[in-house]
Amino acid sequence: MTWVFDHLGLLGGLTGTHVYLALVPLVVGLVLAIPLGWLASRSRPARAVLLSVSGLLYTIPSLALIVVLPGIIGTKILDSVNVIIPLTIYTVALLVRSIADALTSVPATVVAAATAIGYRPLRRFASVEFPLAVPVVIAGLRVAAVSNISLVSIGALIGISGYGVLFTDGFQLGFMTEIVVGVVATLLLALVADALLLLIGRLLTPWTRAGR
Amino acid sequence: MDFVSFLTSWLFDGTHWTGSDGVPARLSEHLGYTAVALAIAVAVGFPLGAAIGHTGRGGLILVGAANGLRALPTLGVLTIVVGIAGIGLVPPITALIVLAIPPVMAGTYAGIRAIEPITVDAARGVGMREWEVLLRVEIPNALPLIFGGVRSAALQVVSTATIAAFVGVGGLGRYVFDGLAVQDYAQVASGAVLVAALAIIVDVLFIGLQRLVVSPGLTSAKSKGTSS
Repeated sequence: MTWVFDHLGLLGGLTGTHVYLALVPLVVGLVLAIPLGWLASRSRPARAVLLSVSGLLYTIPSLALIVVLPGIIGTKILDSVNVIIPLTIYTVALLVRSIADALTSVPATVVAAATAIGYRPLRRFASVEFPLAVPVVIAGLRVAAVSNISLVSIGALIGISGYGVLFTDGFQLGFMTEIVVGVVATLLLALVADALLLLIGRLLTPWTRAGR
Repeated sequence: MDFVSFLTSWLFDGTHWTGSDGVPARLSEHLGYTAVALAIAVAVGFPLGAAIGHTGRGGLILVGAANGLRALPTLGVLTIVVGIAGIGLVPPITALIVLAIPPVMAGTYAGIRAIEPITVDAARGVGMREWEVLLRVEIPNALPLIFGGVRSAALQVVSTATIAAFVGVGGLGRYVFDGLAVQDYAQVASGAVLVAALAIIVDVLFIGLQRLVVSPGLTSAKSKGTSS
Protein backbone atom coordinates (compact mmCIF):
# COMPACT_ATOMS: atom_id res chain seq x y z
CA MET A 1 0.00 0.00 0.00
CA THR A 2 2.86 2.41 0.74
CA TRP A 3 4.03 1.91 -2.83
CA VAL A 4 0.59 2.97 -4.08
CA PHE A 5 0.61 6.16 -2.00
CA ASP A 6 4.14 7.00 -3.07
CA HIS A 7 3.21 6.65 -6.73
CA LEU A 8 -0.25 8.25 -6.88
CA GLY A 9 0.94 10.64 -9.59
CA LEU A 10 2.21 7.81 -11.77
CA LEU A 11 -0.97 5.75 -11.22
CA GLY A 12 -3.18 8.74 -12.01
CA GLY A 13 -1.34 9.33 -15.28
CA LEU A 14 -1.53 5.66 -16.26
CA THR A 15 -5.25 5.60 -15.41
CA GLY A 16 -5.84 8.55 -17.71
CA THR A 17 -3.96 6.94 -20.61
CA HIS A 18 -5.60 3.58 -19.99
CA VAL A 19 -9.12 5.04 -19.96
CA TYR A 20 -8.38 7.04 -23.12
CA LEU A 21 -6.99 4.00 -24.99
CA ALA A 22 -10.00 1.87 -24.00
CA LEU A 23 -12.72 4.51 -24.41
CA VAL A 24 -11.87 5.88 -27.87
CA PRO A 25 -12.20 2.43 -29.53
CA LEU A 26 -15.49 1.87 -27.69
CA VAL A 27 -17.05 5.11 -28.98
CA VAL A 28 -15.62 4.86 -32.52
CA GLY A 29 -16.53 1.16 -32.63
CA LEU A 30 -20.13 1.88 -31.63
CA VAL A 31 -20.48 4.64 -34.22
CA LEU A 32 -19.16 2.31 -36.95
CA ALA A 33 -21.13 -0.72 -35.80
CA ILE A 34 -24.58 0.94 -35.90
CA PRO A 35 -24.79 1.39 -39.71
CA LEU A 36 -23.05 -1.97 -40.29
CA GLY A 37 -25.41 -3.73 -37.88
CA TRP A 38 -28.36 -2.06 -39.58
CA LEU A 39 -27.11 -3.26 -42.96
CA ALA A 40 -26.66 -6.80 -41.60
CA SER A 41 -30.23 -6.79 -40.25
CA ARG A 42 -31.58 -5.71 -43.65
CA SER A 43 -29.95 -8.02 -46.14
CA ARG A 44 -29.08 -11.68 -45.77
CA PRO A 45 -25.95 -11.59 -48.00
CA ALA A 46 -24.66 -8.50 -46.18
CA ARG A 47 -25.27 -10.26 -42.88
CA ALA A 48 -23.34 -13.34 -44.02
CA VAL A 49 -20.38 -11.27 -45.22
CA LEU A 50 -20.27 -8.89 -42.25
CA LEU A 51 -20.56 -11.64 -39.66
CA SER A 52 -17.90 -13.85 -41.20
CA VAL A 53 -15.49 -10.93 -41.62
CA SER A 54 -16.03 -9.84 -38.03
CA GLY A 55 -15.64 -13.41 -36.82
CA LEU A 56 -12.34 -13.63 -38.69
CA LEU A 57 -11.04 -10.31 -37.34
CA TYR A 58 -12.07 -11.27 -33.82
CA THR A 59 -9.96 -14.43 -34.15
CA ILE A 60 -6.68 -12.58 -34.76
CA PRO A 61 -4.67 -12.33 -31.52
CA SER A 62 -4.35 -8.76 -30.22
CA LEU A 63 -0.54 -8.74 -30.05
CA ALA A 64 -0.33 -9.83 -33.70
CA LEU A 65 -2.72 -7.10 -34.79
CA ILE A 66 -0.90 -4.45 -32.74
CA VAL A 67 2.56 -5.20 -34.17
CA VAL A 68 1.35 -5.70 -37.74
CA LEU A 69 -0.35 -2.30 -38.02
CA PRO A 70 2.79 -0.11 -38.23
CA GLY A 71 3.90 -2.16 -41.23
CA ILE A 72 0.56 -1.89 -42.99
CA ILE A 73 -0.53 1.68 -42.33
CA GLY A 74 2.90 3.18 -41.78
CA THR A 75 2.50 4.41 -38.18
CA LYS A 76 5.47 4.58 -35.82
CA ILE A 77 5.72 1.53 -33.57
CA LEU A 78 5.16 3.69 -30.44
CA ASP A 79 2.07 5.41 -31.85
CA SER A 80 -0.97 4.79 -29.63
CA VAL A 81 -3.05 4.43 -32.81
CA ASN A 82 -1.54 0.93 -33.04
CA VAL A 83 -3.59 -0.01 -29.96
CA ILE A 84 -6.66 2.10 -30.74
CA ILE A 85 -7.28 0.58 -34.19
CA PRO A 86 -7.15 -3.12 -33.13
CA LEU A 87 -9.45 -2.45 -30.16
CA THR A 88 -11.83 -0.55 -32.46
CA ILE A 89 -11.84 -3.55 -34.81
CA TYR A 90 -12.66 -5.93 -31.93
CA THR A 91 -15.42 -3.59 -30.70
CA VAL A 92 -16.99 -3.35 -34.16
CA ALA A 93 -16.70 -7.13 -34.66
CA LEU A 94 -18.48 -7.74 -31.37
CA LEU A 95 -21.18 -5.09 -31.75
CA VAL A 96 -22.17 -5.74 -35.38
CA ARG A 97 -23.60 -9.11 -34.39
CA SER A 98 -25.39 -7.75 -31.27
CA ILE A 99 -26.88 -4.82 -33.16
CA ALA A 100 -27.95 -6.94 -36.13
CA ASP A 101 -29.59 -9.52 -33.86
CA ALA A 102 -31.25 -6.83 -31.76
CA LEU A 103 -32.68 -5.04 -34.81
CA THR A 104 -33.89 -8.31 -36.31
CA SER A 105 -35.71 -9.16 -33.10
CA VAL A 106 -37.77 -5.93 -33.09
CA PRO A 107 -41.33 -7.25 -33.63
CA ALA A 108 -42.60 -6.70 -37.18
CA THR A 109 -45.89 -5.37 -35.79
CA VAL A 110 -44.04 -2.57 -33.96
CA VAL A 111 -42.25 -1.54 -37.14
CA ALA A 112 -45.51 -1.75 -39.09
CA ALA A 113 -47.31 0.37 -36.48
CA ALA A 114 -44.58 3.03 -36.65
CA THR A 115 -44.80 3.06 -40.44
CA ALA A 116 -48.60 3.28 -40.28
CA ILE A 117 -48.58 6.39 -38.09
CA GLY A 118 -46.33 8.05 -40.62
CA TYR A 119 -42.69 7.51 -39.50
CA ARG A 120 -40.24 7.67 -42.38
CA PRO A 121 -37.51 4.97 -42.37
CA LEU A 122 -34.72 7.11 -40.88
CA ARG A 123 -36.86 8.57 -38.11
CA ARG A 124 -38.42 5.17 -37.48
CA PHE A 125 -34.93 3.71 -37.04
CA ALA A 126 -33.78 6.49 -34.70
CA SER A 127 -36.89 6.70 -32.52
CA VAL A 128 -38.39 3.19 -32.62
CA GLU A 129 -36.11 0.40 -33.80
CA PHE A 130 -32.78 1.51 -32.30
CA PRO A 131 -34.19 2.40 -28.86
CA LEU A 132 -35.77 -1.05 -28.68
CA ALA A 133 -32.35 -2.52 -29.47
CA VAL A 134 -30.60 -0.51 -26.73
CA PRO A 135 -30.62 -3.24 -24.03
CA VAL A 136 -28.81 -5.66 -26.36
CA VAL A 137 -26.42 -2.93 -27.55
CA ILE A 138 -25.59 -2.09 -23.94
CA ALA A 139 -24.94 -5.77 -23.21
CA GLY A 140 -22.52 -5.86 -26.16
CA LEU A 141 -20.86 -2.62 -25.06
CA ARG A 142 -20.31 -4.02 -21.56
CA VAL A 143 -18.46 -7.03 -22.97
CA ALA A 144 -16.46 -4.80 -25.34
CA ALA A 145 -15.58 -2.28 -22.60
CA VAL A 146 -14.34 -4.93 -20.19
CA SER A 147 -12.28 -6.73 -22.82
CA ASN A 148 -10.87 -3.43 -24.17
CA ILE A 149 -9.79 -2.45 -20.68
CA SER A 150 -8.03 -5.76 -20.20
CA LEU A 151 -6.44 -5.68 -23.68
CA VAL A 152 -4.96 -2.16 -23.48
CA SER A 153 -2.23 -3.67 -21.26
CA ILE A 154 -0.87 -5.64 -24.22
CA GLY A 155 0.24 -2.31 -25.71
CA ALA A 156 2.91 -2.09 -22.99
CA LEU A 157 4.75 -4.93 -24.75
CA ILE A 158 5.60 -2.54 -27.58
CA GLY A 159 6.03 0.42 -25.23
CA ILE A 160 2.59 2.03 -25.25
CA SER A 161 1.58 3.41 -21.84
CA GLY A 162 -1.33 2.27 -19.63
CA TYR A 163 -1.54 -0.13 -16.68
CA GLY A 164 0.40 -2.66 -18.78
CA VAL A 165 3.57 -0.67 -18.00
CA LEU A 166 3.19 -1.84 -14.38
CA PHE A 167 3.36 -5.47 -15.60
CA THR A 168 6.40 -5.08 -17.85
CA ASP A 169 8.22 -2.93 -15.26
CA GLY A 170 7.32 -5.19 -12.37
CA PHE A 171 8.40 -8.24 -14.35
CA GLN A 172 11.76 -6.77 -15.33
CA LEU A 173 12.47 -5.56 -11.78
CA GLY A 174 11.04 -8.70 -10.15
CA PHE A 175 8.76 -6.37 -8.15
CA MET A 176 5.47 -8.16 -7.45
CA THR A 177 3.70 -5.25 -5.73
CA GLU A 178 3.69 -3.27 -8.95
CA ILE A 179 2.18 -6.15 -10.95
CA VAL A 180 -0.51 -6.83 -8.36
CA VAL A 181 -1.41 -3.12 -8.23
CA GLY A 182 -1.72 -3.17 -12.02
CA VAL A 183 -4.06 -6.19 -12.00
CA VAL A 184 -6.22 -4.72 -9.22
CA ALA A 185 -6.37 -1.33 -10.97
CA THR A 186 -7.44 -3.00 -14.24
CA LEU A 187 -10.17 -4.98 -12.46
CA LEU A 188 -11.43 -1.85 -10.65
CA LEU A 189 -11.53 0.12 -13.89
CA ALA A 190 -13.44 -2.71 -15.63
CA LEU A 191 -15.90 -2.81 -12.72
CA VAL A 192 -16.48 0.96 -12.87
CA ALA A 193 -16.94 0.93 -16.66
CA ASP A 194 -19.36 -1.99 -16.41
CA ALA A 195 -21.42 -0.24 -13.70
CA LEU A 196 -21.49 3.02 -15.69
CA LEU A 197 -22.74 1.27 -18.84
CA LEU A 198 -25.38 -0.58 -16.82
CA LEU A 199 -26.54 2.77 -15.41
CA ILE A 200 -26.60 4.42 -18.85
CA GLY A 201 -28.62 1.49 -20.15
CA ARG A 202 -31.19 1.89 -17.35
CA LEU A 203 -31.47 5.64 -17.95
CA LEU A 204 -31.98 5.12 -21.69
CA THR A 205 -34.69 2.49 -21.32
CA PRO A 206 -37.14 3.73 -18.64
CA TRP A 207 -39.96 1.73 -20.27
CA THR A 208 -38.41 -1.58 -19.31
CA ARG A 209 -39.21 -0.84 -15.66
CA ALA A 210 -42.59 0.84 -16.15
CA GLY A 211 -45.65 -0.64 -14.53
CA ARG A 212 -43.84 -2.74 -11.96
CA MET B 1 10.17 -1.53 -47.53
CA ASP B 2 6.46 -2.26 -47.55
CA PHE B 3 4.74 -4.85 -45.43
CA VAL B 4 4.57 -7.61 -48.04
CA SER B 5 8.26 -7.39 -48.89
CA PHE B 6 9.09 -7.50 -45.15
CA LEU B 7 7.11 -10.72 -44.94
CA THR B 8 8.44 -12.36 -48.08
CA SER B 9 12.05 -11.42 -47.31
CA TRP B 10 11.79 -13.11 -43.93
CA LEU B 11 9.45 -16.01 -44.65
CA PHE B 12 11.17 -17.06 -47.89
CA ASP B 13 14.57 -17.12 -46.23
CA GLY B 14 15.38 -20.81 -45.90
CA THR B 15 17.48 -20.32 -42.76
CA HIS B 16 14.32 -19.32 -40.85
CA TRP B 17 12.81 -22.76 -41.42
CA THR B 18 15.44 -24.98 -39.82
CA GLY B 19 17.02 -25.47 -36.40
CA SER B 20 15.74 -24.90 -32.86
CA ASP B 21 14.51 -21.38 -33.66
CA GLY B 22 13.10 -22.24 -37.08
CA VAL B 23 9.41 -21.94 -37.86
CA PRO B 24 8.64 -25.72 -37.60
CA ALA B 25 10.27 -25.92 -34.16
CA ARG B 26 8.54 -22.75 -32.89
CA LEU B 27 5.22 -23.87 -34.33
CA SER B 28 5.42 -27.26 -32.62
CA GLU B 29 6.31 -25.55 -29.32
CA HIS B 30 3.31 -23.25 -29.74
CA LEU B 31 0.99 -26.16 -30.57
CA GLY B 32 2.48 -28.20 -27.73
CA TYR B 33 1.72 -25.53 -25.08
CA THR B 34 -1.74 -25.08 -26.55
CA ALA B 35 -2.55 -28.79 -26.57
CA VAL B 36 -1.28 -29.39 -23.02
CA ALA B 37 -3.06 -26.35 -21.58
CA LEU B 38 -6.29 -27.08 -23.43
CA ALA B 39 -6.30 -30.79 -22.52
CA ILE B 40 -5.84 -30.05 -18.81
CA ALA B 41 -8.40 -27.24 -18.92
CA VAL B 42 -10.97 -29.57 -20.52
CA ALA B 43 -10.12 -32.37 -18.06
CA VAL B 44 -10.84 -29.99 -15.17
CA GLY B 45 -13.47 -27.65 -16.58
CA PHE B 46 -15.73 -30.10 -18.40
CA PRO B 47 -16.61 -32.39 -15.44
CA LEU B 48 -17.04 -29.38 -13.15
CA GLY B 49 -19.26 -27.57 -15.64
CA ALA B 50 -21.28 -30.76 -16.24
CA ALA B 51 -21.74 -31.36 -12.49
CA ILE B 52 -22.79 -27.76 -11.86
CA GLY B 53 -25.08 -27.79 -14.90
CA HIS B 54 -26.70 -31.09 -13.92
CA THR B 55 -27.32 -30.20 -10.27
CA GLY B 56 -27.84 -26.48 -10.87
CA ARG B 57 -25.82 -25.71 -7.73
CA GLY B 58 -23.12 -23.05 -7.84
CA GLY B 59 -24.18 -21.74 -11.25
CA LEU B 60 -24.24 -18.10 -10.22
CA ILE B 61 -20.70 -18.27 -8.85
CA LEU B 62 -19.51 -19.98 -12.05
CA VAL B 63 -21.05 -17.39 -14.38
CA GLY B 64 -19.74 -14.55 -12.21
CA ALA B 65 -16.24 -16.04 -12.18
CA ALA B 66 -16.25 -16.55 -15.95
CA ASN B 67 -17.29 -12.94 -16.51
CA GLY B 68 -14.81 -11.58 -13.99
CA LEU B 69 -12.05 -13.45 -15.73
CA ARG B 70 -12.64 -11.58 -18.95
CA ALA B 71 -11.53 -8.45 -17.11
CA LEU B 72 -8.26 -10.04 -15.93
CA PRO B 73 -5.34 -8.72 -17.98
CA THR B 74 -3.54 -11.82 -19.28
CA LEU B 75 -0.17 -10.07 -19.24
CA GLY B 76 -0.73 -9.31 -15.54
CA VAL B 77 -1.65 -12.95 -14.80
CA LEU B 78 1.44 -14.21 -16.65
CA THR B 79 3.85 -11.87 -14.90
CA ILE B 80 2.33 -12.63 -11.48
CA VAL B 81 2.60 -16.40 -11.97
CA VAL B 82 6.20 -16.06 -13.09
CA GLY B 83 6.87 -13.72 -10.15
CA ILE B 84 5.60 -16.36 -7.74
CA ALA B 85 6.88 -19.56 -9.36
CA GLY B 86 9.94 -18.34 -11.23
CA ILE B 87 11.10 -18.66 -14.82
CA GLY B 88 10.49 -21.90 -16.68
CA LEU B 89 7.82 -23.66 -18.67
CA VAL B 90 5.47 -24.63 -15.87
CA PRO B 91 4.39 -21.16 -14.64
CA PRO B 92 3.31 -19.81 -18.06
CA ILE B 93 1.51 -23.06 -18.94
CA THR B 94 -0.26 -22.94 -15.57
CA ALA B 95 -1.41 -19.43 -16.42
CA LEU B 96 -2.71 -20.67 -19.80
CA ILE B 97 -4.65 -23.44 -18.05
CA VAL B 98 -6.15 -20.99 -15.57
CA LEU B 99 -7.31 -18.78 -18.46
CA ALA B 100 -8.78 -21.71 -20.41
CA ILE B 101 -10.79 -23.40 -17.64
CA PRO B 102 -13.58 -20.79 -17.25
CA PRO B 103 -14.73 -20.75 -20.91
CA VAL B 104 -14.82 -24.57 -20.96
CA MET B 105 -16.72 -24.69 -17.67
CA ALA B 106 -19.12 -21.89 -18.59
CA GLY B 107 -19.84 -23.42 -22.02
CA THR B 108 -20.60 -26.85 -20.52
CA TYR B 109 -22.76 -25.33 -17.79
CA ALA B 110 -24.68 -23.06 -20.16
CA GLY B 111 -25.19 -25.90 -22.64
CA ILE B 112 -26.74 -28.20 -20.04
CA ARG B 113 -28.85 -25.43 -18.51
CA ALA B 114 -30.21 -24.43 -21.92
CA ILE B 115 -31.85 -27.84 -22.47
CA GLU B 116 -35.65 -27.78 -22.16
CA PRO B 117 -36.52 -29.21 -18.71
CA ILE B 118 -39.20 -31.29 -20.44
CA THR B 119 -36.49 -33.23 -22.31
CA VAL B 120 -34.65 -34.03 -19.09
CA ASP B 121 -37.92 -34.99 -17.40
CA ALA B 122 -38.77 -37.29 -20.29
CA ALA B 123 -35.38 -38.99 -19.88
CA ARG B 124 -36.11 -39.56 -16.20
CA GLY B 125 -39.63 -40.64 -17.10
CA VAL B 126 -38.40 -43.47 -19.31
CA GLY B 127 -36.38 -44.72 -16.37
CA MET B 128 -32.88 -43.37 -16.98
CA ARG B 129 -30.64 -43.05 -13.94
CA GLU B 130 -29.08 -39.67 -13.14
CA TRP B 131 -25.75 -40.53 -14.75
CA GLU B 132 -27.54 -41.80 -17.85
CA VAL B 133 -29.53 -38.56 -18.04
CA LEU B 134 -26.26 -36.64 -17.90
CA LEU B 135 -24.24 -38.79 -20.32
CA ARG B 136 -26.91 -39.77 -22.85
CA VAL B 137 -29.24 -36.77 -22.86
CA GLU B 138 -27.74 -33.66 -21.34
CA ILE B 139 -24.19 -33.79 -22.71
CA PRO B 140 -25.16 -34.75 -26.32
CA ASN B 141 -27.76 -31.98 -26.34
CA ALA B 142 -25.32 -29.49 -24.88
CA LEU B 143 -22.52 -30.29 -27.36
CA PRO B 144 -22.85 -27.14 -29.51
CA LEU B 145 -22.33 -24.86 -26.52
CA ILE B 146 -19.69 -27.14 -24.99
CA PHE B 147 -17.77 -26.93 -28.25
CA GLY B 148 -18.28 -23.18 -28.31
CA GLY B 149 -16.63 -22.99 -24.89
CA VAL B 150 -13.70 -25.22 -25.88
CA ARG B 151 -13.25 -23.26 -29.10
CA SER B 152 -13.03 -19.92 -27.34
CA ALA B 153 -10.66 -21.46 -24.77
CA ALA B 154 -8.45 -22.71 -27.62
CA LEU B 155 -8.33 -19.27 -29.21
CA GLN B 156 -7.57 -17.66 -25.88
CA VAL B 157 -4.71 -20.12 -25.31
CA VAL B 158 -3.23 -19.73 -28.82
CA SER B 159 -3.18 -15.97 -28.50
CA THR B 160 -1.98 -15.89 -24.89
CA ALA B 161 0.78 -18.40 -25.68
CA THR B 162 2.13 -15.68 -27.98
CA ILE B 163 2.26 -13.22 -25.10
CA ALA B 164 3.85 -15.90 -22.90
CA ALA B 165 7.00 -15.53 -25.02
CA PHE B 166 7.50 -12.27 -23.08
CA VAL B 167 8.13 -14.27 -19.89
CA GLY B 168 10.67 -16.47 -21.63
CA VAL B 169 8.96 -19.50 -23.17
CA GLY B 170 9.28 -20.52 -26.82
CA GLY B 171 6.54 -20.63 -29.44
CA LEU B 172 5.77 -18.29 -32.30
CA GLY B 173 5.64 -15.29 -29.95
CA ARG B 174 9.45 -15.51 -29.73
CA TYR B 175 9.74 -13.97 -33.20
CA VAL B 176 7.67 -10.97 -32.11
CA PHE B 177 9.69 -10.31 -28.95
CA ASP B 178 13.12 -11.22 -30.34
CA GLY B 179 12.38 -9.05 -33.37
CA LEU B 180 11.26 -6.12 -31.21
CA ALA B 181 14.39 -6.42 -29.05
CA VAL B 182 16.73 -6.06 -32.05
CA GLN B 183 14.38 -3.82 -34.09
CA ASP B 184 14.07 -6.41 -36.82
CA TYR B 185 10.61 -5.55 -38.07
CA ALA B 186 10.56 -8.27 -40.76
CA GLN B 187 10.85 -10.85 -37.98
CA VAL B 188 8.17 -9.17 -35.83
CA ALA B 189 5.70 -8.97 -38.71
CA SER B 190 6.35 -12.56 -39.84
CA GLY B 191 5.82 -13.85 -36.28
CA ALA B 192 2.58 -11.89 -35.99
CA VAL B 193 1.26 -13.15 -39.32
CA LEU B 194 2.17 -16.76 -38.43
CA VAL B 195 0.31 -16.42 -35.10
CA ALA B 196 -2.73 -14.89 -36.79
CA ALA B 197 -2.78 -17.67 -39.40
CA LEU B 198 -2.45 -20.31 -36.68
CA ALA B 199 -5.36 -18.80 -34.71
CA ILE B 200 -7.60 -18.78 -37.77
CA ILE B 201 -6.66 -22.38 -38.70
CA VAL B 202 -7.31 -23.61 -35.14
CA ASP B 203 -10.68 -21.85 -35.14
CA VAL B 204 -11.68 -23.35 -38.50
CA LEU B 205 -10.58 -26.83 -37.34
CA PHE B 206 -12.81 -26.52 -34.28
CA ILE B 207 -15.76 -25.45 -36.41
CA GLY B 208 -15.19 -28.50 -38.64
CA LEU B 209 -14.83 -30.82 -35.64
CA GLN B 210 -18.04 -29.46 -34.17
CA ARG B 211 -19.94 -30.23 -37.40
CA LEU B 212 -18.62 -33.80 -37.25
CA VAL B 213 -19.41 -34.46 -33.61
CA VAL B 214 -22.70 -32.67 -32.97
CA SER B 215 -25.81 -34.75 -33.65
CA PRO B 216 -27.39 -33.74 -37.00
CA GLY B 217 -30.83 -33.88 -35.37
CA LEU B 218 -29.73 -31.11 -33.05
CA THR B 219 -28.47 -28.76 -35.74
CA SER B 220 -31.51 -29.17 -38.02
CA ALA B 221 -33.88 -28.61 -35.09
CA LYS B 222 -31.87 -25.49 -34.24
CA SER B 223 -32.10 -24.06 -37.73
CA LYS B 224 -35.87 -24.58 -37.69
CA GLY B 225 -36.17 -22.95 -34.28
CA THR B 226 -34.37 -19.75 -35.21
CA SER B 227 -35.89 -18.85 -38.53
CA SER B 228 -34.50 -15.31 -38.27
